[in-house]
Amino acid sequence: MRLYEQPAHVLHDMLVNKEITSVELTKDVLARIDEVEGDVKAYLTITRDEALKQAAAVDEKIGRGESISFLEGIPGAIKDNICTKGVKTTCASKILEHFVPPYDATVTEKIQAEHPVILGKTNMDEFAMGGSTENSAYHPTCNPWNTQCVPGGSSGGSAAAVAAGTAIWALGSDTGGSIRQPASFCGVVGMKPTYGRVSRYGLVAYASSLDQIGPIARDVTDCAHLLNIIAGHDEHDSTSSAVAVPDFTKSLVADVKGLKVGIPKEFFVKGMDADVEKTVRAAVKQLEALGAEIVDISLPHTEYAISSYYLIAPAEAATNLERYDGVSYGERVDGSGIVEMMTNTRSAKFGEEVKRRIMIGNYALSAGYYDAYYLKALKVRRLVKEDYDKAFEKVDVIVAPTAPTPAFKIGEMISDPLKMYLQDVCTVPLNLAGLPGISVPCGYSSSHMPIGLQIIGKALDEATVLRAAYTYEQSQTFSKEMPELGGKKA
Amino acid sequence: MSYEAVIGLEIHSELKTKTKIFCGCATAFGAEQNTHVCPVCLGLPGVLPVINKRVVEFAIKAGLALNCTINKFSKFDRKNYYYPDLPKNFQTSQYDLPIAEHGYVDIDTEKGRKRIRITRIHMEEDAGKLVHSGNTIKDSDSSNVDYNRTGVPLIEIVSEPDMATPQEARAYMEKVKSILEYIDVSNCRMEEGNLRADLNVSLRPEGTETLGTKAEMKNINSFKAVEDALSYEIERQEEILEDGGHIVQETRTWDPDKGITLSMRTKEEAHDYRYMPEPDLVPIVTTDEEIDAYRKNLPELPDARQKRLEDTYGLSSYDAGIITASRQMAEYFDAVIADGADAKLAANWMMGDLAKNLNAEGKTIEESPVDAKRLGQMIVLISKGTISSKIAKKVFTEMWTSPDAPEKIVKDKGLVQITDTKAIEAIVDAVIAANPKPVEDYKAGNKKAIGALVGQVMKQSKGKANPGMVNKLLAAKLDA
Amino acid sequence: MKVTEKDMENVAVLSRLSIPEGEKGKYTQQLNEFLDYVDNLSGVPTENIQPMAHVLPIKNVFREDVVKPSLDRELALSNAPLKEDGYFKVPKIIED
Repeated sequence: MRLYEQPAHVLHDMLVNKEITSVELTKDVLARIDEVEGDVKAYLTITRDEALKQAAAVDEKIGRGESISFLEGIPGAIKDNICTKGVKTTCASKILEHFVPPYDATVTEKIQAEHPVILGKTNMDEFAMGGSTENSAYHPTCNPWNTQCVPGGSSGGSAAAVAAGTAIWALGSDTGGSIRQPASFCGVVGMKPTYGRVSRYGLVAYASSLDQIGPIARDVTDCAHLLNIIAGHDEHDSTSSAVAVPDFTKSLVADVKGLKVGIPKEFFVKGMDADVEKTVRAAVKQLEALGAEIVDISLPHTEYAISSYYLIAPAEAATNLERYDGVSYGERVDGSGIVEMMTNTRSAKFGEEVKRRIMIGNYALSAGYYDAYYLKALKVRRLVKEDYDKAFEKVDVIVAPTAPTPAFKIGEMISDPLKMYLQDVCTVPLNLAGLPGISVPCGYSSSHMPIGLQIIGKALDEATVLRAAYTYEQSQTFSKEMPELGGKKA
Repeated sequence: MSYEAVIGLEIHSELKTKTKIFCGCATAFGAEQNTHVCPVCLGLPGVLPVINKRVVEFAIKAGLALNCTINKFSKFDRKNYYYPDLPKNFQTSQYDLPIAEHGYVDIDTEKGRKRIRITRIHMEEDAGKLVHSGNTIKDSDSSNVDYNRTGVPLIEIVSEPDMATPQEARAYMEKVKSILEYIDVSNCRMEEGNLRADLNVSLRPEGTETLGTKAEMKNINSFKAVEDALSYEIERQEEILEDGGHIVQETRTWDPDKGITLSMRTKEEAHDYRYMPEPDLVPIVTTDEEIDAYRKNLPELPDARQKRLEDTYGLSSYDAGIITASRQMAEYFDAVIADGADAKLAANWMMGDLAKNLNAEGKTIEESPVDAKRLGQMIVLISKGTISSKIAKKVFTEMWTSPDAPEKIVKDKGLVQITDTKAIEAIVDAVIAANPKPVEDYKAGNKKAIGALVGQVMKQSKGKANPGMVNKLLAAKLDA
Repeated sequence: MKVTEKDMENVAVLSRLSIPEGEKGKYTQQLNEFLDYVDNLSGVPTENIQPMAHVLPIKNVFREDVVKPSLDRELALSNAPLKEDGYFKVPKIIED
């Protein structure tokens, strides 16, 4: 049994009990990186020396007899769209190839205050636009369960690293499913908090009213601890919630007796992937066996959520990405005047999907189309949210698949953008409505690719979501299983 | 064909908050380039804005002082266009729900009072400053960007096209400036760019209603330029129309050296700003109670102050208008009469000797070496008869360079007016005796000859004799 | 065809993007396919529905007017592609 196979809460106890040192642990994870990173390619930047220094400092502290926090000395990774002062932050784009932020994201500050070991920055779809990490301008990341498959996206690097054991924990971001779907594809736990629960200051914006940072970890316990660290009101973020943050570890109780679990009929459509249906329905049965009350519900506007999302997100993204113009930071490609310089820079340094979404966004906002597209999408957004509000009058949580399929092959969907967008059907509604959601492993496909169960909660009710997820997780062993790298093919 | 001009102004005023609208960088003018910047106002990846509370307070005060309705629900929007002085390539501004709407300002024109309507007032962030390598933007190969000014809070005051002459436009802008100074939301130092205007002007045949095509001149930052640019532009448009041509809707720039406007036509003429609600900022909700509180706490505004000066002190409308045109002047006036000095005399001295001396040295009233308190004391001395108006001029001149109180100056220089009848009589007798010719002329019927005798008495008394008494005594003796 | 190649080019200019000749057809086609799909929204009745730009009912978030330290100029310029004398340098702004 290697150290990298353990979740953070086990490793924390081992550190506290002096069974291991942080340097030993870090070296083991770095060794794992040496073994498999060539195949997985989860990272864009690895800060090896800095990591060992951080580990040594923690060991010194333990040596002095001082107590350590949960994450202290435990190696993890941060998605490369979260600003880390002094460390390159590229958003997997060429336009930020050499960008070094002069400030830390609030989340980075909060994490650093716990003195973990930061291994580096993880790969992603460029500017978080994508569902497979194939849109990274640098290289795709491979699914550790089958390196011919995608890890999901856009937080594919973070999910793959945690699944492969090249990170014990990671941070990702979720705008339309970018934490949950890769967690599902990679067989790990990933959570998108309620919008506003975690500060967005320092998260390079994709779609401002939809983005959230969240944890990706081996199990629900680690997730809860990470959420405790990163959640909370931030005076730098006007959209961050001032509602008090409970201790999420108090939700780690295996009890769903009487919990009303809604099953939305719109998520279980005819012709859905058979393996996904089988495993998710089995998980629902399991919850029932554990004492939950299953309630059939309907979320009638589900079929419009993709359209609403794919008009709002690109519109916000189009304006958020206007700042990348070669003037004061980022790459510059010269031109005869400033207009040409900006155009040359953006055309040369943005990838295809980014350009596509910028154009969709500007089209939706442009004079004459604003009402029909952007404004309409905002109205439908309200209807989607109202569906969930109504449902939550009857149930405590909603359960559904995280993704319509298990991980697909690299290259399979990339030439059909619309088909790729439709993969987000199970995840985007939560971003539109601002609701919290978690993905926990619930089984495998016939080709042994992981499948995730999504548990959705009321706004600011991460506690119930975590409790339900924890209870389910305790009843099975999927979270404990790790891929044999270099192993089974589809 | 006779044409009439239709003019509208968009005034941008920087608000005198200590920090920028969305971040804590200082707004202080004159710092070294790019030293008042931070990740937020630089528009770095990942940053978010947070609204400066005082900006909203000032904007609401401005709205109330300009007779607007305050929108209880107001929000920010992104106005998208690419320009290197705009780090995010969008300006966070307000589009459909500005903080204030539907106001007005009254100005004095030759034809009397005129009301200029204000369409709306909204908050927005200022852009950075460009330093061009050449003389103008057109002949520069490169430019340098200073982001110190990026994020400085602005209010934009948009008028209806209610002005008909360059003079009205100037009067409107002066009035708005005066009001903004009165409520202390802006320094209005035009030389520092605190206050600038975009001018819109079009012509139409006299007496018609349909608006003509307008030209816009941006960033005019002096009252003189407002008048000059508009005068030139009106003439230019008139010539074109009379020749049968058409006006092109465009942005023009005013060249003060050449005295002409020039087309700034670029390929990007039609801007599609793609306004969208700013997702990083939440709405501003103001209650009726809060609005009432703001209203109650507004200071006395220029028009009200002018009327008060007219009603209470009997100042002429003209005088009261001048005194209250600027807050500094109005406050100076109040301080002058605070301890009992006569209001009319105060007004005369301020508009006369004080103004003359300040202008000669290019000083503002705040920099006046003669402070209000001492001027007031001097005026009291005049009213008491301690000194004559003529002597007061000497005292005033002395106060300009000396910090001494007027009483001390009068005493030290022995300038106390002689009012003792016997003393004056003595001098009068001596002068009559020594000047037979003027005496003869006066007695022969030339009453004006008394002037020479008065002059002599004043000279003998070193100017200190009370002129009124001198005249009376001389006349009495000569008529006897 | 909702969107012609010319329309796509106009949007590209608005986006400060130049699409190579050989790719214009592809982007135009993808834009059309996308717009055809999102047309399903036109079937949703929304006459009395208010648009929802913010999911949380937050309002009136302000900060006090207190000066905070600015960024050190060197740090502010540290990512500049071209700088001069403490300024960010950019090419010719108005083209003839």
